[in-house]
Amino acid sequence: MSSFWSMWIVVLTTISIVLITWLLFSNRKIKSTKANQTTGHVYDGIEEYDNPLPSWWFKMFVASIVFAIGYLIAYPGMGNFPGLLNWTSVGKWENEVQQAEQATESLYQDFMNKDIPALAQDKKAMRLGKRIFANNCAICHGVNAEGSYGFPNLSDHDWLYGGSPEQIRTSITNGRSGSMPAWGSMLGHDGLAAMTDYVVNLSKATTADDNPAAKQFAMMCSACHGADGSGNQMMGAANLRDNIWLYGGDAGRIKQSIAKGRNGQMPAHHDKLSEEKIYLLTAYVYQLSSAENTNKP
Amino acid sequence: MDSQTQQPLYDYRAVKMFTVMAVVWGIVGMSVGVLIAAQLIWPVLNFDTPWLSFGRLRPLHTNAVIFAFGGCALMGSSFYVVQRTCQARLAGGPLIPFVFWGWQLVIVLAAITLPMGYTSTKEYAELEWPIDILITLVWVAYAIVFFGTIMKRRMSHIYVANWFYGAFIITVAVLHIVNSLAVPVSLTKSYSIYSGAVDAMVQWWYGHNAVGFYLTAGFLGMMYYFVPKQAGRPVYSYRLSIVHFWALVSVYIWAGPHHLHYTALPDWAQSLGMVMSLILLAPSWGGMINGMMTLSGAWHKLRTDPILRFLVVSLSFYGMSTFEGPMMAIKTVNSLSHYTDWTIGHVHSGALGWVAMISIGTIYHLIPVLFEKEKMHSIPAINLHFWLSTIGTVLYIASMWVNGIVQGLMWRAYNSDGSLTYSFAESVVASHPGYIVRFIGGSIFLFGMLVMAWNVWQTIRNGEELAAASSPAEVAA
Repeated sequence: MSSFWSMWIVVLTTISIVLITWLLFSNRKIKSTKANQTTGHVYDGIEEYDNPLPSWWFKMFVASIVFAIGYLIAYPGMGNFPGLLNWTSVGKWENEVQQAEQATESLYQDFMNKDIPALAQDKKAMRLGKRIFANNCAICHGVNAEGSYGFPNLSDHDWLYGGSPEQIRTSITNGRSGSMPAWGSMLGHDGLAAMTDYVVNLSKATTADDNPAAKQFAMMCSACHGADGSGNQMMGAANLRDNIWLYGGDAGRIKQSIAKGRNGQMPAHHDKLSEEKIYLLTAYVYQLSSAENTNKP
Repeated sequence: MDSQTQQPLYDYRAVKMFTVMAVVWGIVGMSVGVLIAAQLIWPVLNFDTPWLSFGRLRPLHTNAVIFAFGGCALMGSSFYVVQRTCQARLAGGPLIPFVFWGWQLVIVLAAITLPMGYTSTKEYAELEWPIDILITLVWVAYAIVFFGTIMKRRMSHIYVANWFYGAFIITVAVLHIVNSLAVPVSLTKSYSIYSGAVDAMVQWWYGHNAVGFYLTAGFLGMMYYFVPKQAGRPVYSYRLSIVHFWALVSVYIWAGPHHLHYTALPDWAQSLGMVMSLILLAPSWGGMINGMMTLSGAWHKLRTDPILRFLVVSLSFYGMSTFEGPMMAIKTVNSLSHYTDWTIGHVHSGALGWVAMISIGTIYHLIPVLFEKEKMHSIPAINLHFWLSTIGTVLYIASMWVNGIVQGLMWRAYNSDGSLTYSFAESVVASHPGYIVRFIGGSIFLFGMLVMAWNVWQTIRNGEELAAASSPAEVAA
């Protein structure tokens, strides 16, 4: 803020408070000369007494002005003047975050000593992991990690980018960006229908080799999804043979995916969560797909 | 015919229409309120229809109760009060019906465009730019009629009620024009000329002063006429009215930033908004004291006069919400209350307890005078309405207090490992009982409005005609 606007604020604030104070004191009448004397005005039969300001009200008013002046000396308010306490809302927030992190630092530090499969067996660790998941992941992936349209199910043993501890940790730390290009214009109307038919049948393992789309699949799709459609975790290309669908498995939705493409975004969490918390979260997500946790479709 | 020969001095035509429409729009606005309250309990009531969804009906509800119900009550009562306290006939000629019909057109356009999804997204200023321009025209006409009448007055002084009505009219004009400045891209879409934190600040400078000048100053104008008139007592203190009027209008305008605590708004603006909101407590209470103390020596009238009871209880709710407001503006309190149902409860202790109840008292006072009847058709029905309103308001406020505090505490609760204890959805589940109580409270209040509509209808249709003898006295008064 330039010093002009800073002065503008200081001057306006000061004038306002001084004028209110003057208004209050100049109208203070300690005692009324005669009880219940009216001003002499009559409006449509309504008269007005000229009673003094109630003293408790007067005092309350003065107290609020005194508080305001004190507050504006202690805290930021008068333009660029930072206040004697040097308080800022950002500083307060940073301080709280720092305190919270210090308080929980050792708690999470200990988990780093165990490898992830072992940590996944640790009941206490998994309780904490579940809370981190609930606070940070559940909004997209669901409270039970069951996923929803466009957000992968994390409890079904099916992994777009791989289910090893290191792969999961990478997904959380750096995020993932999945991109399926749109093929609608390349395939044309009939080609799109044939390809949809082909992909639908892939997951039923009833692919007919005489389908005209087989050749186009090899040209357009196999580079990512593999020649047999079983996907590629290096690039997050989905397995098309397992009847697990991120964007819906009915012919209409599959057709939409092929024609318009898809874009998936898993945000990176390295600047949101500490390394220790990500480690714990990795173990939690890892155990979600363990046998006893599998969500039956 | 008779009315014109009996009361040549005053022009009550617009007052009559505004007063009757206040009853109609009150019922419409509150019905929408009850519907959206029900939608929060039974989401199926959104009917999977965009036009009936909560997001579109909620601004319709706020616009209908503030600008349709409140607006008609303010415009009607101000046209009545300004004439009687200035001893002058309403100025402006053809502008008077223009103000009435123009305002009704604004309301109807709002009722059409808001459910269709046309919105500028600014709270309490959702209407799109063509309607904003119409509002400006109507408002300028309203100002000409009001101040024109004041200039014609046959008394040397201007009565305090007119100061408040005047401040309301001038300031709302400024607020509306500045906040609604926008670049139109089509007939139904425009973008605010402000951006980012400035846009937010201008919006809440408007939003808070819509509360301050529309819902406070305007209705204080109403209070300053109808309370002493109904009580038959002089106003308690002229001196107090001077101090609290000037303090109120000068301090209110600063208080907007308290709507933006803990946001991107700079710290200095948040601090100023907070301290000015605290200073505002005393000026706000000045109006309550002046109204309440006017009754000293006439408290016994409360036993027999349910209209007076409406006016006095509205002042109690006014005092309560103007205490609650500054408290909620304190940053540490606000960090708990902000974004919770507490805010909704606070707004409704003002809207139902203060604005609606003082308007209802005023309407009950006005209807027999305007339609030249001896009194309202049924006094017991007014009494019934009083209890329905009071109980409905208390249920509404109490349930929202509980909900607000529960939500605030649940959102900030965290475990020893630093994670949040509750998910957002859990706080929604915890709010469910409060939503049911709120719905019941709102329904009771709405039922009271229907009782009033029946009573007003009966009074106008079948009420006992005013005895001829008292009319000349009225004129002479």
